[in-house]
Parts: sequence; structure tokens; C-alpha cells
Amino acid sequence: MSRIDSAFFEIGSLDTLAVLDTPLHRLDPRAKVITTLVFILCVVSFEKYQLSALLPFFIFPLVLVGSGRLPGIFLLKKLLLIAPFAFFIGIFNPFFDREILFYLGSVGISGGWVSFASILLRFTLTVSATLILIATTGFSGVCMALEKIGAPRVFTIQLLFLYRYLFVLVDEAQRLVRARALRSFKGRGTGMAVFGQIVGQLLLRTIDRAQRIHLAMRCRGFTGEIRQLRKIHFGHAELLFTLGWSGLFVALRCWNLPEMLGAFLLELAR
Amino acid sequence: MHMADALLSPAVGGTLWAATATSIAYCSRKVKDDLDDSTVPLMGVLAAFIFAAQMINFTIPATGSSGHLGGGMILAILLGPYAAFLAMASVLTVQALFFADGGLLALGCNIFNLGIFPCFIAYPLIYKPLVGKNPSERRIFLGALLAAVVGLQFGAFGVVLETVASGVSALPFATFVALMLPIHLAIGVVEGLVTSAVVLFVWKARPEILCYAAKAQPLAEFSLKKVVLGFGVATLLTGGVLSWFASARPDGLEWAMMGVTGSEELEAQDQGVHGVLAHLQEKLAFLPDYRFANAPQEAAAEKRPAQAWPTVDAGSSLSGLVGGSLTLALAALIGLLIKRRNRAQTT
Repeated sequence: MSRIDSAFFEIGSLDTLAVLDTPLHRLDPRAKVITTLVFILCVVSFEKYQLSALLPFFIFPLVLVGSGRLPGIFLLKKLLLIAPFAFFIGIFNPFFDREILFYLGSVGISGGWVSFASILLRFTLTVSATLILIATTGFSGVCMALEKIGAPRVFTIQLLFLYRYLFVLVDEAQRLVRARALRSFKGRGTGMAVFGQIVGQLLLRTIDRAQRIHLAMRCRGFTGEIRQLRKIHFGHAELLFTLGWSGLFVALRCWNLPEMLGAFLLELAR
Repeated sequence: MHMADALLSPAVGGTLWAATATSIAYCSRKVKDDLDDSTVPLMGVLAAFIFAAQMINFTIPATGSSGHLGGGMILAILLGPYAAFLAMASVLTVQALFFADGGLLALGCNIFNLGIFPCFIAYPLIYKPLVGKNPSERRIFLGALLAAVVGLQFGAFGVVLETVASGVSALPFATFVALMLPIHLAIGVVEGLVTSAVVLFVWKARPEILCYAAKAQPLAEFSLKKVVLGFGVATLLTGGVLSWFASARPDGLEWAMMGVTGSEELEAQDQGVHGVLAHLQEKLAFLPDYRFANAPQEAAAEKRPAQAWPTVDAGSSLSGLVGGSLTLALAALIGLLIKRRNRAQTT
């Protein structure tokens, strides 16, 4: 439980990073969402044994962490905490794919290990890009961008509601859990029967709360859309950011920069 | 359970994104047209409730381990399929953005696996018919249990199909299915028991809520046409994926037969089975720019699969290594410099 507690605590801290004021934060959310998507598409489109060509892509998260004044260590920790699925599926690769691909000195490296390493690299790149997107844009920014790009309004409003009440309900759930823990000895009452009642209780309260929220919003003139004060504008800076980065990603996708650089250096050394 | 970006090819991810985006658009229109405006806050708050409920653990009998709620089925029962699908999609979006459960490209897959199956297959085809017009305790229990189990099985199968179709993981199809489905059967049973416990509690305490939910989704309009249409879309999609398999697998199997008949020397190198699996796996990668495309498919290559991958000669991998570490160092340096400059500017 403590892990998920801290995970929720960190949601908040990820979102507080979004109120920083750097040129990167001031960019139109659309530019950042689109650029991140292009980045992820380019990264995952490599073939499965690719390692070296993936490395230059680290420039994107590193530059953003630098220019957005984000705490790199914190993001790295988050990254390590959330690795399980990709790791557990990827770890099977070395067992099923034992073809020797190349030799490092006298040790043969099998295709499975190479593709496993490739999966981990992809994971690091895509996840860090996503975390950085939130840390520089904020959840409401991403929602706004989604709506402007064309997501249905019902969906984005609903996302904002979810985010708004997430913390309230999580607090409530934490109180319930604490109350149960204080009253339970030797694990009594932590089974499914009591769980059903606790969650059912929480559900009833939630539904009542939703009704109150709706009434309160009707009183304040809610007509089915949320108005945002913040004006967003897709100007030259945004265009430059989106096209510049996307161009770089596509170029890196087409040419294997590290291999060219390495070949050049080896040629020089000779 | 969550699909991850790292295991996904752009073709599969993109296809499922398109499918999911279409269903979100369709469901949004349905919700806007059919339901009153109190539903939107209810959906949002119930989606937040799913998160909150996931924080409350319970011990699973006989194992001592603890589990938590998944939630798709509860949403479907309370909100009806369209609104529940949107709520589930938003839960998964938040998970993708904040917990990086899955990822942005994999979001399409995850919404498909955990949203479409419970809301548009398990709910209308299992829960609704079983519970019927006058629900009883036993009917609700059975309906919720079975629907949760079936929904999760479909979801797990979806994960398998998407992973294998992407071809990044080397897990063969059959092994993966044998791995995923039993695990998710167990998870599904627990999820089903918990779901039915919660739904029964609500039904006993405030039966009108379940009635409201049943009314809120337009029962009369939930006609055969819609079901057939939904199924048509689902069939098209899965059919598309399956036909890829159908076209790719005979090849792989054929090759496997050949490999088995002429396999003495390969077995001696302890590569027989793995060679077959690796090749099968290779055949299952669909993207034309995957290595598959430039691998020469001659008989010689089939005998010595190691040579069927031409790009990996020692020279290029060494230069890749040297250049790779250099680029990485360079990228780190640039990031560091920018950070330094930024800090200098602010102080």
C-alpha cells in the first residue's frame, strides 16, 4: 500500500512541475503532444535488433529535462519504479532467441539479449518522453491539446473531472484503508467480503458526490463545456519546435548516426 | 496486463489507436445524444472512484497474496456500455500519462483490451442476458462473475495477439497464450468475485442506482443492429490480425517441417529448436522495413539462420558500439550544458 500511496503522492509532484515557467512550459501544449507522439512512433518503428540507432534519441529527453529545469533524478526514479511488464515479457527473449548475432571479444551475444536490451532502451525512451510531457505541460494542458486536435469534448471534460476528483477520492479511500487497518487483527476483515462492502460504501458516497457536484455546477451555469481562461496560440516558436524535433527524429530514424560516427572514427584511428 | 510501447510495432499500435479513437468518437456522440448532462460528471467521478478503489487491497483466499480491483465491469454495470467505455478510456489515459502504465502508443491497445471487451462484449452478451429484466441476487452474482472473467480473458488474448503481431518480443504465440490465459483466468475469477460483491452491495443498499444505470443506457435503442455493427467492427479488426497470422503461419510451419527433417547438424549446434522459433518469430514480423525484408530467403540461409541476418558483421557492430557510446555522451553533455545555462540565467 505504501508504494501506491507514494505513487499518488508523486502524481501531484509531477503535475506541480508543470507550473514552472520556462520557455518550454510556455509552448502550446499541442506542439509538445504532437512532438512526443512523433518521437514515440520513430523509436518503436526500429527493427527488433536495433541498439545503436536508438541511442541518439536520448537527446530529446535530455534536452527537455535540461531546458525545462526538471529534476532528472526524480524522473529516473519514477522510470525505474514502473518497469515491470516490458521487463518480464522482454526477459523471455534471451531464452527463445539464442541465435548468436555477433561476438564481443570471445563472448557470443545472442539475438535474444540484443532484442531484450533494445526493448529496455525503447521502454526508457518512450516512458521518459511521456513523463516529460506531463511534467512540462500538465494534465489540463494535455487535455486541452487533445480537444484542439480533435478528441470529442465529452471525453476531455470527463478526463478533467476524473483528474479533479482523483485526489479527493484517493484521500477518502486512504481514510477507509487506515480505518480498516486499525480495526483488523491478524488480518481479519481484509478479505473479499469486507472489501465488497467497503468499496460499495465508497461507491455510494461517490455517486452522491457526483450528484452534488452536478447540481453545484448547474447553479454556476454549466452547460456541458468547461471554459478555459488560458489562451493558447500555435505560433512560430511552436512550429519551429514541432518541425525541428520531428525532422530530427525522422532523420535519426533514416540514418544510423552512431554507426556512421563510429565508422568514421575507426577510419581515422587507422 | 498493460501493453507497453516497447513491445509494440507502429503498425499494430496505429491500427488499434485508430480503432480506439473511432470508438471514443462514436461513444461520445452516443453519450451526448442519449444521456442528460449529469452523466458526464458522474462518469468522471466514477472513473476517479476506480483509482480510489484500486488503493484498497484485499487478501485473496488460500494464497495470502493481495489483489485490487480492475474496474471495467463495475463501470459497465453502473453506467452502461457507452459511458463506461469512455470512463475506462480516461482511467487508462491517466494511467498511461502518470504511471506510464503502458505508454502513449500502447494506449490504443490498452483501451481496446480493457475497454471494448468488457463494455461491448462481456456486458451486453453475458451480463445483460443473465441478469435480465428482474435481477435477483443469484443472477447478479453469476452475471458479474462470468462477465468479468470473460472480459479479462478476451483482454489477455488481445495482449497476446498484439505482442506477437508486433514481433518485438521473441515469445512464440502458443507459449504466450499458455502463459497469459491461465494467469488471467485466476485474476478474472478474483476480479469477478469482487465485482459481484460490490454490485450486490449497491443493489441491496440502493437498488435504484442499478435501475438508473439500466435506464440511462437506451435499452430500446440497444438493438440488434448496434450489436451486429459493433461485432462487425470487432470481427474486421481481429480478422485483420488473424489473417496476418493465417498468411504468415503456414510459411513458418512449412519451414519448421523442413528444419526438422534436415536438422542433424543444427541440433548438434544446440540451435535446432531455437533456430526454428527464431525463424518463426522472424516470419511473424510484418513491417516491410523490418530485417525480414532484406534477409535473403534462399535455401542456404534456411540452413544456417545465423547468416540470414546480414547486417550484423563484426565491423558494423563495433562501429555501432563506439559511435553509440559517443552519441550518448554527446547527448548527455548537451542536456547538462542547457541545464547549467538555465540555472545561471535564473540565479
